[in-house]
Amino acid sequence: MRGRGPRTVDDALLRVEDLHTHIGVRGGVVKAVNGVSFTIRRGETVGLVGESGSGKTMTLMSIMGLLPVSAARIVKGAIWFDGRDLLRENEAAMRKVRGARIALIMQDALTALNPVLTIGDQVSEPLRYHPGGYQRRFQDRVLEVLDSVRIPNPAARLNHYPHQFSGGMRQRVLAAMALGPAPDLILADEPTTALDVTIQAQFLTLIRRLQKETNTSALWVTHDLGVVAQTCDRVNVMYAGRIVESGDVRRILRDPKHPYTLALMESVPKLGEKRDRLYQIAGQPPNLLNLPPGCAFYDRCPLRMDVCREQFPPATPLEDGGSVHCWAVSDGRPTAAPAAEAGR
Amino acid sequence: MTMLTSAIGARARSVVGRAGQLPIVPLVILGALIVGALFADVLAPHDPLKVELTNALAPPFYHEGGTMVHPLGTDELGRDILSRLMHGGRVSLLIAASVIVIGGLVGVPVGLLSGYVGGLTDSIIQRAVEAVLSLPTIMVALVFVFVIGQTYLSIILILSPFVAAEIARMVRGDALAIRRSNYVSLARVAGASHLRVILRHILPNVAGTIIVVATLQVGALILVEASLSFLGVGVPPPTPAWGLMIDGGREYVATRYWLSLFPGLAIVVTVLSINWIGDWLRNVLDPRQQML
Repeated sequence: MRGRGPRTVDDALLRVEDLHTHIGVRGGVVKAVNGVSFTIRRGETVGLVGESGSGKTMTLMSIMGLLPVSAARIVKGAIWFDGRDLLRENEAAMRKVRGARIALIMQDALTALNPVLTIGDQVSEPLRYHPGGYQRRFQDRVLEVLDSVRIPNPAARLNHYPHQFSGGMRQRVLAAMALGPAPDLILADEPTTALDVTIQAQFLTLIRRLQKETNTSALWVTHDLGVVAQTCDRVNVMYAGRIVESGDVRRILRDPKHPYTLALMESVPKLGEKRDRLYQIAGQPPNLLNLPPGCAFYDRCPLRMDVCREQFPPATPLEDGGSVHCWAVSDGRPTAAPAAEAGR
Repeated sequence: MTMLTSAIGARARSVVGRAGQLPIVPLVILGALIVGALFADVLAPHDPLKVELTNALAPPFYHEGGTMVHPLGTDELGRDILSRLMHGGRVSLLIAASVIVIGGLVGVPVGLLSGYVGGLTDSIIQRAVEAVLSLPTIMVALVFVFVIGQTYLSIILILSPFVAAEIARMVRGDALAIRRSNYVSLARVAGASHLRVILRHILPNVAGTIIVVATLQVGALILVEASLSFLGVGVPPPTPAWGLMIDGGREYVATRYWLSLFPGLAIVVTVLSINWIGDWLRNVLDPRQQML
């Protein structure tokens, strides 16, 4: 493994292999990321879906090499990015990757912008660290990139402060910051949760278009399946620190295999449908502290069997190139379909 | 490029625009005090040390028997009070300014470090800061100056740690909160080093706090310096100092109030002006205070 990139395999830009990120707490270890593997190809958009606390953000920050909690450690795994294992790179090398090659769009645009610096200062900041091809004309690049995210009259807006922008515009400014140095990969951490639906759709379309133009890859971390449907090519569904199902976005939305994926989709209220109560997944997400050995979804699963409690199910490959971890699927027993009827 | 130049121009204009309501009154007062203190040698009507016993305790000009020769009267030794005030301002302002500069140069980096690094470093620094702040300033200064000697330097040296500790404590509190902000994470994600994050993102955000603390401390320092002089361990007599002058007038306060009143007024007016200017400065530097 050492020193050999994944180039030989395919055109993967990012390949996360068996990533384990644990947080040491009083009384044990929280396995926030517990053996996550996935791949992002060049120009591809991949979704990472799951509820709060499933380890999505932890996965993202592990890729960046910036764990938000000091007690967090990457204990195992590899993160191959363009042929290099980021986990083996030192801080100086990582600083050259961050911002320049991997950029982040954050969730809360209001707090992600420094209130005392102008928009021009902030959008040019990543460029200052990574001038790359824009050395000579990075001021022009700032205007260009602000224009590309549809900030009207960017030259006049350069000296404005964040509080002078609307929520949607602030989010676009954040996107401009990320796009400035023309990264290869954009990590988006629920960037649309703070936006209302129309602005959200606008933003998604915009990012999608910019991505196409520059052949940039993206990882969308979200709990919103609507966002996934609009943006992603492939999806990874995460539950309790593990990816339980992955595959083509249309296939997953049409025919989810894992009972958790199905339940997640059932939880989305549909327009024009009358219900007394919204569907909710029974029970609570498991306590990540001292996780039992079997499938973490066991307690909430309508298809549970005895084997589920003892052993985490192996990956069952699916036709669309994805896979699913579920005993109910791998045993050749009925897939999640009957549960769908039970849920209705 | 022209767009950018115009952008820079607009930015300069916006700062000037925010400076709209200049606090004229305190600026004029403080300006007059500083000019009076700096050029006391030229501007003062008399030598502040010149004793003229035949003309002792002369009243200010608006009293019967007062003259414009000694507009604010003379003290018990016949020295001109206005001249002494001007020279005394030099002492007060010099000491206050030196202590603030030293205190800031030490306190700001220490506070930033403490708040940004956190953990054990923070704990150690904060215990040291608390230890300093728990000491009674006047008592410690009294002993220190008594032992080391009554010089400008010894007064500046003993007051600086108190100001440094106060500034460090306030800056640390702000830095601690800002360190956890999303824009600091984002700057790190963009590839900024720790030093850059501190200088570019945290320092500008604590500037307001630093200014407010510093101006409040200037006021406090002038009072402490006056108190030390009043207690007899300030700047050595016969150097005129405001606190010393108030003390000198104590015996005559019932009948010759102007000996103490004018230096007292000078202290009050100076402290108020500085606090007022500090408030204004903080607003000017904070873009959030700016209207759309």
